[in-house]
Amino acid sequence: MSAPRTLYAKIWDDHVVRTGDDGTDLIWIDRHLIHEVTTPQAFEGLRLAGRRVHRPDLTLGVPDHNVPTTDRYLPNPDPASTLQLATLEANCAEFGVELIGIHAAAQGIVHVIGPEQGFTLPGLTLVCGDSHTATHGAFGALAFGIGTSEVEHVFATQTLHLARAKAMRVTVTGTLGFSISAKDVALAVIGQLGTGGGTGHVIEFAGPVIETLSMEGRMTLCNMAIEAGARAGLVAPDAKTFAYVEGRPRAPQGADWDAAVAYWRTLPSDPGAVFDTEIVVDGSAIAPLVTWGTSPEDVVPITGTVPDPAGFADAGKQVAAAKSLAYMGLAPGTRLADVAVENIFIGSCTNSRIEDLRAAAAVAQGRRVAPNIRQALVVPGSGLVKRQAESEGLDRVFIEAGFDWREPGCSMCLGMNPDKVPPGERCASTSNRNFVGRQGPGARTHLLSPAMAAAAAVTGRLTDVRELMA
Amino acid sequence: MQPFHTLTGTAVPFGAENVDTDAIIPARFLKTVTRAGLGAHAFATLREDPANIFDAPQNRGAPILIAGDNFGCGSSREHAPWALADMGFRVVIAPSFADIFAGNAFKNGILLVALPQEQIDRLMEVAADQPLTVDLENQVVTTPYQDRFAFAVDPFRKDCLLNGSDEIALTEALGQDIAAFETRLASARPWVGGAAARVAA
Repeated sequence: MSAPRTLYAKIWDDHVVRTGDDGTDLIWIDRHLIHEVTTPQAFEGLRLAGRRVHRPDLTLGVPDHNVPTTDRYLPNPDPASTLQLATLEANCAEFGVELIGIHAAAQGIVHVIGPEQGFTLPGLTLVCGDSHTATHGAFGALAFGIGTSEVEHVFATQTLHLARAKAMRVTVTGTLGFSISAKDVALAVIGQLGTGGGTGHVIEFAGPVIETLSMEGRMTLCNMAIEAGARAGLVAPDAKTFAYVEGRPRAPQGADWDAAVAYWRTLPSDPGAVFDTEIVVDGSAIAPLVTWGTSPEDVVPITGTVPDPAGFADAGKQVAAAKSLAYMGLAPGTRLADVAVENIFIGSCTNSRIEDLRAAAAVAQGRRVAPNIRQALVVPGSGLVKRQAESEGLDRVFIEAGFDWREPGCSMCLGMNPDKVPPGERCASTSNRNFVGRQGPGARTHLLSPAMAAAAAVTGRLTDVRELMA
Repeated sequence: MQPFHTLTGTAVPFGAENVDTDAIIPARFLKTVTRAGLGAHAFATLREDPANIFDAPQNRGAPILIAGDNFGCGSSREHAPWALADMGFRVVIAPSFADIFAGNAFKNGILLVALPQEQIDRLMEVAADQPLTVDLENQVVTTPYQDRFAFAVDPFRKDCLLNGSDEIALTEALGQDIAAFETRLASARPWVGGAAARVAA
């Protein structure tokens, strides 16, 4: 009888190509998702060294980071973006990698299309040159972001030299309250752990709240594991996972499907498996959360006030908080619900899936975007999400309320395309990072859930969605 | 990569905590298809202030950066170490580093030295007017005042840095192990292969 193992350890053990004598293992990579921003230099490296992509059948490309979200048949006004998108196409063609092109129906954000295509499966190792690759951990896949040199290494060898991380379990107990979403859980976890709290760890999310989350919700939660500094987030695969995966275009079929499910059922952490760190979050106590500062750990309930930097225990935090507030243009003691916003962004790899759009549309239904809002973008995560939303009439709900209904991409989450928050303006955003300048130079970001973003859109200020939906 | 042994030079006493990769290189500068030239845009937001620490005459081209806790958090963009390297940095000293950034820095021949905050505070003080020496072979940071701070480094990364190794070539030398794994994988988990179309190259 072998010792009880965690989900993380089981996936790791099944992917060791070779155990190193220096504390690192050579780990096999089952899936490699690629996009236009972090691959040009990796392909260039292959070309210079005369190397090939070792396993194109495990590699899938899609443009997402700087695609325009307006009509893609119009000329792209940005020559640098045009070149980067063309470079991805040319590289995929040259190295025999399948590309879901900019005009394909299935194009979308890399972390939305992976699961949607059944490219993401439980028990896999999956990498992408993007830190939000943690998203795919929702399926019980070990998924993490890598840099461009590692992209090149995976291209050439389909492996990475990795040191085993520590295992952390975050157990979310209780039941979520009315209008509380996976995004609020993610922000609550980051608020409790801090942005460096997960460094060196892979987090497994567990407990009753996680079990009740939909696959979309689990993706939102794992997506933000990186904002707590964790290498990856994981949720044990269960019946909900299998139901989501079954029948997707690239999912196993027939006898392969049965064998895969039998294997996947062996993956959840064994009873008695030891975690290096255990954290418990009281799910019943989570209120709708918003960020007040320039770090995702700067969270406060919508019913709360902007904190006073002097109230932080450590001197470094006091300085950081004061700087954040100066950048955010907020005074200590201000009620969050009194903060007016000018921009709304519903989208990103965190919150652009069908369930997110449904939650936002339920708030927008029969209401109007407030007059002080200059931009209210709804950017579906993929062409297929967009089509699904349109078949449900969600596009009409948004358009009639005064939102802008866009083509899929990363958009205003990171402002690489024309979708930016103007300097000094505020944005209620369903994305994942409120860093200085993230949504455009001088942009002030408040992270929140899709329902909360829609609530802010219709009132023109940060708003407790529970008041609108009661 | 360029080998790293010992380096003596100016250290920029930056000291900020939780410096994210958006701060090191904002997303709007990532629309490049080469590695070169990103130094001009490194810390772009911070450097809008003409009195910023990086453009102070004594710090131009400095090879060592001293920062606060959790340096390099956020996005996985390797443009961050490319930008740092292009500015001339070969060493970053901080209490801790974000995981992905640490991997990326190493791949670009940048040595990351993690030291306790008290030692960082001392180095910040010394760096104001004196150079620091970083010795990878002996894993120690020294100052002209006889400070001697030992640091830990992953043995694999140390070896690669000292030798300037091409990591892909090292892995390719393990090709037999990789091929054997692929054979095992194809029979144990046959559903893993063939997830993407094989496009004629």
